[in-house]
Amino acid sequence: MSRDRGPDREKGCPLKVCVLVKEVPDAAVRKRIDPQSGRMDRSGERNLNPYDTHAIEAAMTLREGGEIEVDEIVAVTMGPESAVRALHKAVSLGADRSVHLCDATLAGSDVAATGYALAAVLAREAPDLVLLGQQSDDGECYTVGAVVADHLRMPSLTQVIKLEVSGEGLRCERQAEYGYDTVEVGLPAVIAVGDAINEPRYPSLKAIMGAKKKQLDTLSVGDVGIDPARVGGEGSAARWVAAKPPPAKAAGIVIEDEDTDATVAQIIAWLDERKLI
Amino acid sequence: MGDILTFTLHYDGAFNKNSLGAVAEAARLASELGGEAHALVLGDASSELCATLGGYGAAKVYRVAGPEGLSQPVVDAMAALVGDRGFAYALFGGGLLGFEIGAGLAARLGAGVAMEVTAIGVRDGRLIAQRPILGDSAISEIEFRGAVGIVIGRLNAFDVPEPTGALAPVEDVTVAFNDYSTRARMVTRGEQRGENVDIEGAEILVAGGRGLGRAEGFELCEALAKALGPSSAVAATRAVVDAGWYPYAGQIGQTGKTVAPKLYFAAGISGAIQHKVGMASSENIVAVNKDANAPIFEFADLGIVGDLNRILPKLTAALNARSSG
Repeated sequence: MSRDRGPDREKGCPLKVCVLVKEVPDAAVRKRIDPQSGRMDRSGERNLNPYDTHAIEAAMTLREGGEIEVDEIVAVTMGPESAVRALHKAVSLGADRSVHLCDATLAGSDVAATGYALAAVLAREAPDLVLLGQQSDDGECYTVGAVVADHLRMPSLTQVIKLEVSGEGLRCERQAEYGYDTVEVGLPAVIAVGDAINEPRYPSLKAIMGAKKKQLDTLSVGDVGIDPARVGGEGSAARWVAAKPPPAKAAGIVIEDEDTDATVAQIIAWLDERKLI
Repeated sequence: MGDILTFTLHYDGAFNKNSLGAVAEAARLASELGGEAHALVLGDASSELCATLGGYGAAKVYRVAGPEGLSQPVVDAMAALVGDRGFAYALFGGGLLGFEIGAGLAARLGAGVAMEVTAIGVRDGRLIAQRPILGDSAISEIEFRGAVGIVIGRLNAFDVPEPTGALAPVEDVTVAFNDYSTRARMVTRGEQRGENVDIEGAEILVAGGRGLGRAEGFELCEALAKALGPSSAVAATRAVVDAGWYPYAGQIGQTGKTVAPKLYFAAGISGAIQHKVGMASSENIVAVNKDANAPIFEFADLGIVGDLNRILPKLTAALNARSSG
């Protein structure tokens, strides 16, 4: 590793930020389970996880805020070949380059195995700060940040909605069980951000066109020293053994509002029938 | 060997309801597995308070001194207990910290983790966790390989029984925390933002989400709530509370309150799972949203695809005309 990123990080040293991103199904695409494997059918995936755009924007805010120098923002993903589209999007939103962990061995990894593999890539990059979206739009695994942090031996916080530079660390705010918490976190650290943290920018046409020209490193499991026995479906300790339909629930009524007066009359009749008004 | 370790969150002299549910669920499962449920309490909690966990089924309580409200010290403590005393499973009630701790512990122990779990069963002497997926349109069954399995419940997944009054022995355990586990430091905890609105006693709730478009959109909700009668109140989603449109005290969902009113009227709420877990037990759910693909239409009893800015004022006027007429 080129420089020390440990707890005694040199004062004023420019920050290297890695942003974990993920390709998820387009929100308009119906999600389904592959009946053969019991796993999520990921064939329709094609978008950058919307939550991750907030993480990239948070990195850009730090860079543009001027309180701390950010010398590099690196987008990192794990996924099949198609995941390069998520990386291109991440670069168009501000990342300087990207890293793609792409290896058939990884297919079917559970969240613990995924976090282990991502941590191996991140260890190679040695960032001062790892940012990610608080959850993904598909499996809703808002836990990968905590897994990554433990492997990297870094402090971590999820669902952060305000991030400020404070001394040599970060001052973070989030909503927890009993209200809003303010937590100071030393660097290096892993921070998962919530969607309330910022409004992600739209990429410029120039940025979109230029994204494919930025450096993109494709790595295999062997390149970063990942133990193949600890990843993939076989290497995962949580096993999806079956999927079944949920208990049947009476389907609700859905009406399209075309004539609002008629719609209102329908709502009132419905409420009246149930003695709610 | 079927001992189960749970983490019990406490604040302001009381245990978290979801943690108590997890203790009771652990006790039920441990007895099926031929083991015991033990509970970990981290931080400043009295011996008397810790012992009351016996009333929910804990056979033993470990108390560890350390910083409260952060996940990584708890990961250290649970990893130490699992290492020293050989637990087969760790179980968490729903809530933010449980997710963070469970995931960190899975990394530390190389264990499998199942989250958003709504039911747990025993098959061949092992736990099987049920997790709804794909917007609750399917339920997956998850089992664990290896020495330890980690189960994180969905909010309100485990019922909290009436305590029996039994007391559990409390053992103080010293844990050496990792340096990185103490590099997050709580500055302020549990800050309440905005005025104190009471939503828990209301029979009718009008809840507003991002679809209101702006803070002033809550005026439509207030007017509708008023028209729906005196036992009505206005509530909100996490997104709009974080945006400062409505007080935190009126928030429903994962990091807010759980409600089950007679009528839940959702205005401009997409119905993400983090919101759903806080209101799904409502007797009647009505939703207005302009996005026909919003998940809330999957579980609303009456769904209206349309513009709330048109519908709410007319509905309010019609209700007012009715009561005065």
